[in-house]
Amino acid sequence: MALVNQIIHSSAVDGPGNRAAVFLQGCNFSCAYCHNSETIRRCVSCGTCVERCPAGALRMQAGTVAWDETRCCGCDCCIHVCPNLASPKTKNYTPQQVMDLLEADLPFIRGITTSGGECSLQRDFVLELFQLAKARRLSTLMDSNGSYDFARDPALLQDCDGVMLDVKAFDREAHIRLTGADNALVLKNAVFLAKAGKLEEIRTVIVPEQLPNEDTVARITSLLRPYLAVRPIRYKLIAYRSFGVRAPYQTQFRSPSGAQMQACREIALRNGFEDVVLI
Amino acid sequence: MDTEENFMLNITDLKKDVESIITNTALTNEQAAFNLSALPLNYVEFFETTSAFRELCEAGCLCTMSEGNVTFHPRYTLPDYEKLLREGCAFLRLAPPKTLFEAIQTLEMFYRHIPSVTHYPVYLGSVDKLLEPYMDDPHAYELLRSFLIFLDRTIPDSYCHMNLGPEATCAGRMIVAIETELKHAIPSITLLYDPDVTPDDFAEQCVACALACAKPSFANDKAYRQLYKTPYGIASCYNALPVAGGSFTLSRVVLSRLAARAKDSEHFIRDLLPHAVQVLCEYIEQKICFLVEKSHFFRSNFLVQEGFLRLENFTAMVGVVGMNECVNLLMEKEGKPDRYGYSEAADRLAIAILERLRACVGAFTSKYCACTDHHFTLHAQVGIDSDAGISPGARIAIGSELPLYAHLTHCGKVHPFFTSGVGDIFPFDATAQRNPAAVVDVIKGGFSQGMRYFSTYSSDSDVIRITGYLVKKSDIEKLDGGIAVPQANAMWGYGEVKNGKVYDRKVRHL
Repeated sequence: MALVNQIIHSSAVDGPGNRAAVFLQGCNFSCAYCHNSETIRRCVSCGTCVERCPAGALRMQAGTVAWDETRCCGCDCCIHVCPNLASPKTKNYTPQQVMDLLEADLPFIRGITTSGGECSLQRDFVLELFQLAKARRLSTLMDSNGSYDFARDPALLQDCDGVMLDVKAFDREAHIRLTGADNALVLKNAVFLAKAGKLEEIRTVIVPEQLPNEDTVARITSLLRPYLAVRPIRYKLIAYRSFGVRAPYQTQFRSPSGAQMQACREIALRNGFEDVVLI
Repeated sequence: MDTEENFMLNITDLKKDVESIITNTALTNEQAAFNLSALPLNYVEFFETTSAFRELCEAGCLCTMSEGNVTFHPRYTLPDYEKLLREGCAFLRLAPPKTLFEAIQTLEMFYRHIPSVTHYPVYLGSVDKLLEPYMDDPHAYELLRSFLIFLDRTIPDSYCHMNLGPEATCAGRMIVAIETELKHAIPSITLLYDPDVTPDDFAEQCVACALACAKPSFANDKAYRQLYKTPYGIASCYNALPVAGGSFTLSRVVLSRLAARAKDSEHFIRDLLPHAVQVLCEYIEQKICFLVEKSHFFRSNFLVQEGFLRLENFTAMVGVVGMNECVNLLMEKEGKPDRYGYSEAADRLAIAILERLRACVGAFTSKYCACTDHHFTLHAQVGIDSDAGISPGARIAIGSELPLYAHLTHCGKVHPFFTSGVGDIFPFDATAQRNPAAVVDVIKGGFSQGMRYFSTYSSDSDVIRITGYLVKKSDIEKLDGGIAVPQANAMWGYGEVKNGKVYDRKVRHL
């Protein structure tokens, strides 16, 4: 059983081809620029959102917030007023229940991607879901912040075709400032997964002034360059956008220029990366 | 009314029609000349039509697609271009080409002489396969590029249709690359797509091109290549017809207008539909007999005499429009809330109507149409510009689109009824441009569900698909200002945009 924030039945941005994406609730990082920060923590049933819901879709039931999907108008007011970086609109599913929900998608998708939140926090669910997906000939990818020690979990990697790894900052201090967490394991994972041919993609969000963007791009591409021969690794460079970012960061951060994005891309290309995508 | 009075009345009408054409600044000289040449055929009859046919036409339940009662050449022709390049053409004094330059010139000269309803060729052939043997030319890219520009400028009509695939070829890849750059509305292109034959990277290249300029479309090659005994091609909008043949004519049943006369769905299916189809088939047969036996085409045209077109490879098309509105109207008449695409009962009714249509069309035997066992074929007609509130073929109405997968699955249920062509259109937002493989997955899924034909374009593209043909949004703006544009059928697109909801078509997000 896992707490699921959302299931998207068709996505062109969560790995190769058309995929279903399952977003799990809960993250062990707390990135300042997170654009869906309602996925970070679990609901603590404080009830703040109940009174503010304009559609009357939320109520307290046996001490927890209950969400009536049929009455929900999708205004996201509950998410905006949540003092806890959580959402009342989550659901518990077993892996089989999720696969049942994806049944009608099967002719149209080539795989599934688990994302979040940080999906590795609900590792048992992910593994079982991947096993079910494999039985339906779907490819399986994980989005991860790299805080999980993949090297110690060969069972998971057997059914996971690849990891799309966030490299938010190469510099340790910068990483801690942004996420509240150390990045030693992230970098260890980058090398381990690349060596094992399981590194599908790395991605970095570019935020001018706030992060050492070019330093991150230069050092991670140098680190991974020797493993590009194992398999090509896509590098997705994502321009910071204020959409969905929480206060006070939304107004503190600004988006990079096209030239700043191009400069980062050039660095990656110089270090041997061929598939560098700007978003 | 005596004959002389009748004649004067006709002359007055004719004068008005002529005047409206020759004073219209939004027509080029050639467009005006073609429109004028069609006029007299609306004023003369060469065979007697039945009163039942005339009544159904006047009520708008049947429609002859502005063909008039007389045609002196087939509506859609798909010449055998392989034969042209292999053997040359005696009438045009063309020898078999030896180089890419000669092959392209041979095609260009030949295209000039292909009749159709538009007076332009509606089928250019499987151009990739035709030119592949000559692709060792070091100037191939420049030659193909100027060929594609030549087509856009000299065949100013996007019913003109080029086929590619299913195999990937050097010529095919180069044509798609050049079109991605040129972004022309002409020609229309279809990839005959078989996921087991067409490499993924070529299909992805084609999707990327379609997201740049609304072509190519994708035809379900596995399904289509089993339809006829001889090879097929995609011509005009998306008409699947035998190569070295085509279709004599196309007339249509307007289901929604016919349904307005029904007491209930049983009355519609049992009485009205069979009667209307029978009346229409009899008319089509009269028209074919005149065309084949009396007019000059099949007796003297060089395309027939030299075997580029063969009488036995021609069929005729019974078009259908307004299924969405027909089903909803019948449901309303029975006091049911069911809506086409949204309820099992409504979709069951649609399938029952399609089965009845197929049976009625199959019950009529033609003296001709040998390639389809002497029967006419069902066609999901894309509509004409005056069809306000009537959806093309069996398409779900714009504004009522289903979620993507449900919509594709619905297509998979209705498409197989339409032997001689059907198709649906799915515009995507700009996200898809970064991952064309995702759209290829969607197409594969649709085809696995029985879908026959898939078109796409990007919401930010200038070239868009109107109903079955391509037009530039910038040309529609010019026509709106009374300024002529080279493309003849941009005028139809302008009418569709004015009357229909083309710009409101649901944009899909992946």
